[in-house]
Formats: sequence, C-alpha cells, structure tokens
Amino acid sequence: MNDLIPLLKTSGVSKSFGGVLAVASVSFELKEGELLGIIGPNGSGKTTLVNLVTGFVKPNSGRIEYRGKNITGWAPYKIVSLGIARTFQMVRPFYQLPAFKNLIVPLYSPRVKKLAGGKYGDRDAVALDLLEEVGFERDAHVSYKVAGSLPQGYLKRLELAKSMALRPDLVILDELFSGLSLAEVASIVPIIEKLRFQGKAIIMIEHRLKELFRIADRVMVLNYGKKIAEGSGKEVMEDKAVKNAYLGSETE
Amino acid sequence: MKRRKERIDRGIKARSEDIFALSSYREMFYLLVPRAIPVVGLLGVAPFLSPYWKEVFISTAVYALLAISWDLLISAGLVSLGQSLFYGIGSYVAGALNYYWGWSPLFTIPVATLVGGVLCTVMLLPVLRLRGIYFAMVTLVLPLMLMRLVEATRILGGTEGLTGLTPFPNPVTSFYIIQIALLIALFGFRRIIDSDYGLVIRGINDNDRSVMSAGINIYWYKTQILFLGASVGSFAGAFGTHVDMFAGMPGFALDYSLLPVASAVVGGMGTFAGPMIGAFILVPLSEVLRALGALRIVFYGLFLVVFIVALPEGIFPYMQRKYHQFERWVEIE
Repeated sequence: MNDLIPLLKTSGVSKSFGGVLAVASVSFELKEGELLGIIGPNGSGKTTLVNLVTGFVKPNSGRIEYRGKNITGWAPYKIVSLGIARTFQMVRPFYQLPAFKNLIVPLYSPRVKKLAGGKYGDRDAVALDLLEEVGFERDAHVSYKVAGSLPQGYLKRLELAKSMALRPDLVILDELFSGLSLAEVASIVPIIEKLRFQGKAIIMIEHRLKELFRIADRVMVLNYGKKIAEGSGKEVMEDKAVKNAYLGSETE
Repeated sequence: MKRRKERIDRGIKARSEDIFALSSYREMFYLLVPRAIPVVGLLGVAPFLSPYWKEVFISTAVYALLAISWDLLISAGLVSLGQSLFYGIGSYVAGALNYYWGWSPLFTIPVATLVGGVLCTVMLLPVLRLRGIYFAMVTLVLPLMLMRLVEATRILGGTEGLTGLTPFPNPVTSFYIIQIALLIALFGFRRIIDSDYGLVIRGINDNDRSVMSAGINIYWYKTQILFLGASVGSFAGAFGTHVDMFAGMPGFALDYSLLPVASAVVGGMGTFAGPMIGAFILVPLSEVLRALGALRIVFYGLFLVVFIVALPEGIFPYMQRKYHQFERWVEIE
C-alpha cells in the first residue's frame, strides 16, 4: 500500500440532528496499523463520528476517504466489505442463541466469502476458534452457552469477535471497556495488542483514559462535536482546552 | 415452603443435532415421531373425510399456507397484515391466464406462483425499509386499494370477476396438490430458518444494525424473504381460484389477511408448524360454530381470547416444550 495515502481520512465532516450540531467539521487521518484513541466528555459526538465513518449516519457535509476512495454516504454493508468493522457500545447479541452461533452472521458476510476464495467453509468451527482467540475457554464450554446467560465481560469479547470475524483492516471499538472490571480490561488488552501486531488499524472510543493511553499511538479529543486537541496521551491531557472540557474552565 | 417448577432437557443425544442421533431406535423414534405427525395427519386421515369436510379441509389448507407465509415474513421482522394481497394477486394472475388465454391449471398455478411473487415483491419494495407497524399499515391498505381499483376501472371482470374457470380434473387431485404443497412449505421453511441463512434472517428481525455491521445487505435478504412468502401466498391464491372456478374481488378480502395472523398467534409464531396447527383449529372451528347462527362470531372471539390468555406462547411451543423437557416440582427455601 502507498504510505502517502492514509488508510482513513475525513475532511470537514459535519452532522447535525435537528439543529444540534453533533459533529462539527471534524478532520482527521489514520495511518495503516495505527491505534487512534478518541476521547471526550459525554455527548461530544464520538459515537456519531463512528456512525458517520461506518455509514450508519450520512454526513451533512464533508468527505470521508478510505484508502483514497471516497466512501461518503455509502451504505454500511458496502463499507464493511471494504474492510472496516465496528463494535457497538451497547452489546446486543442474539440472546437466545449459543455464543458461537452469534458469529455465524458476520461469517456469512460476502466479505468473508470473498477472502476465503468463494467458499464459506465450516462456519461453526471457525466461530469456535474465533471465540477461543478472544478468551472463551474451550474446556469450560462457554462458547456453547446461550448468549443471554453470559456475563458482560464475555458479551464484550463476543462483540469483539464479531468484528474480528470479518477479517477487517480497520477495527473501530466503541467503548469496549465500559462496564468492565479492571481485571476484565486487563484480559482484553492483549487481544487488542495482538490485532495491532497483525497490522490492523484500530480506532478506540474510550472513557477509560489510563488503559487507553497505555496502548494508543495518538489520541484525539472531541468536545461539542469539535476536535479540540490531538497528540499523545500525555500531550493531550496537558492541553488547556481539554482540561476545560473535562473539568470546566476556571475563568468564565 | 415455596415450590418451583424445574425443567430438564431430555437426556437424548439427538437434541445435540449430532451424528449420535441415529445410534438407537429409541432416539430415531424420538426424532421421527414429531415429524411424522403432520405427514400422517394430512395424507392419512384426510381421505376419510366426508365431501363437506373435504371442502373445509381444502380451504383450511389454503389458510394454513397463508399463515406459514406470514410466519416466514415475521421471521425477518416483516409484519404483514396483507396476506390477501398475495392471495388476490395469485388468484387474478391464474384466473386471467385461464380466462383470457385458456391455459390449463397445470401452467397457470406455477406461473401465478412466480409472477405473483414478483408482482407483490415489486409492489412492497418501496416500503421494505419501513419496520414494524409502518410496513404493516401499507400491506393492510394495498389489497383494499387494489380491490377498489378493480371495481372502479372494471378491469379483469370488475365486480363480477372472472367466472367459469377450469376446475381441477377431479377433487382428489386438488386434495393432494394442496397437501403436498403444505408439507413442502412447512418442512422447507423450517429447514431454511434453521440454516445459517435463516440465522441471518432471524438476525435481521432481532437486531438489524448488528447484521448491517456484519457487511450484509439486509434489504436484499428482506427482498428474498418477501418473494418467498409472497410466492407461497400467490400459490394459495392460484390454487383457491381454480377450486372455486372464480377469480374476483373477494380474493383481496380481509379474511385472508387476518385469519393467518390469528392462526399464527394461536399456534405459536416463528415455528411454521404452529401457524399451521392454528389454521387447522380456527377454520374448522368457525365451520362448527355455524350452527350457532348470529352468535358464531361472539363464541369465535371468546375462544380466541381464552386461548391467547391461557396459552400466550402458542400451542406448538407448548407441545414442543412438553416433548423435549421433563418437568418436576422442587422445593425452594
């Protein structure tokens, strides 16, 4: 791949919902294999930005490019087939199905078929392997348990496995760590590091700053839909605008 | 001392859908008996009915097909209140081919099944993006609109309809055609919905955003399911038209829309067997109640209410549970 063309590039992307500007002219770039963190207070437009990139919401203005190709306003399924996979903040698995059966849907996608050379293969076996990769213990038969009976930590991992099943080049993780204990977060971090090792680019939206700064190459801060800072975790936290956004400004 | 009902799955390996399923006769029968019931019930018992009840049986089977088609649509999250659209289109296509060009039922029915499926799909394509009640409203209105269109423009025989259509060569033929169609739809759809393809379909109903983010074009899959459901409904219409020797505005009547829904609710949604059982209870029941004259609808409605309150899950899921699970009372602190 050409190093000069960024993997993902947005320029001046805006989206408003009935007068409320959720994302205001945000531009950012993401290089191949990079891990970008997006942070910001609640309601600062992080999830909307993800929805814009993945096609769930169409921007009012601006341009989104993936590998130099304009994907602005594309349907979600087309964007996924290019290699962008995402997880949802609110996990909603198919509760009545066994955990591994939840992976059948992504494994059924045209992208997986194309990458496998036109064959789907044994989806159940692939699903079980994927779950093992995200830390489902095979001996304990957790993968066969009904998704509705699994604790939150497993559901988050299932969500991660669902995006990994698509064999993406860019994974967007929307608050993967929220609602998890420190120990659970610590057990998921190596999976993310492994994804990076495989050369995948990752965007993480996170409120758990400490854990994020430890693995992110670069962090972008949003507030009221605008990008207010960008840089390493340390740089960003020393930024005055960021301090104001999180803690409120001292001088009104 | 409180007591709680404990349910335990029967310890037969057949339930794991494994190769072990065939390791003993006991397990083979465990698997085979429930599947044999509809086959034996339809093909075996039906020929011994009196001519009157044979007619009731045929119309019951038509409603059962519409109910199964409804159940397929609901599996993909498409709530249809317009099964009569499928029935009416199928009946008019078959009727017109027979009336104007003299095609035999041998050709009109297959053609009406496919053409009807395509026509209904195309008509509903613009609203396929709507979900739940919005889609339902459009399906409810479309057949009523078409009915008035036929009346106003006097096409296809207008209010008189197309009469004197070719009947089936003998009642026995029609009898077996509908039974076999019903069995194919029942077992075919159950198989489809249990496959990985069916998992995607059920996923669309459960959580369409999750399916979209898996790189699957949900509208294309909804279109396929709509076509399948509409084809089955159109087949029922084409078949019914040749039995009645008449195609007309009653094909779009509300009965064909509402009875399938009631059947599915009574029998248990999303199981295909349930709606079929529901139709086989409701339609004959309505015939039996004819003796009551004007009070018929009152008792019919009462029965529906009692049924839905007493067995909200539906007949088939209830029977399935009893068959697959032991139940016992256990004491809890």
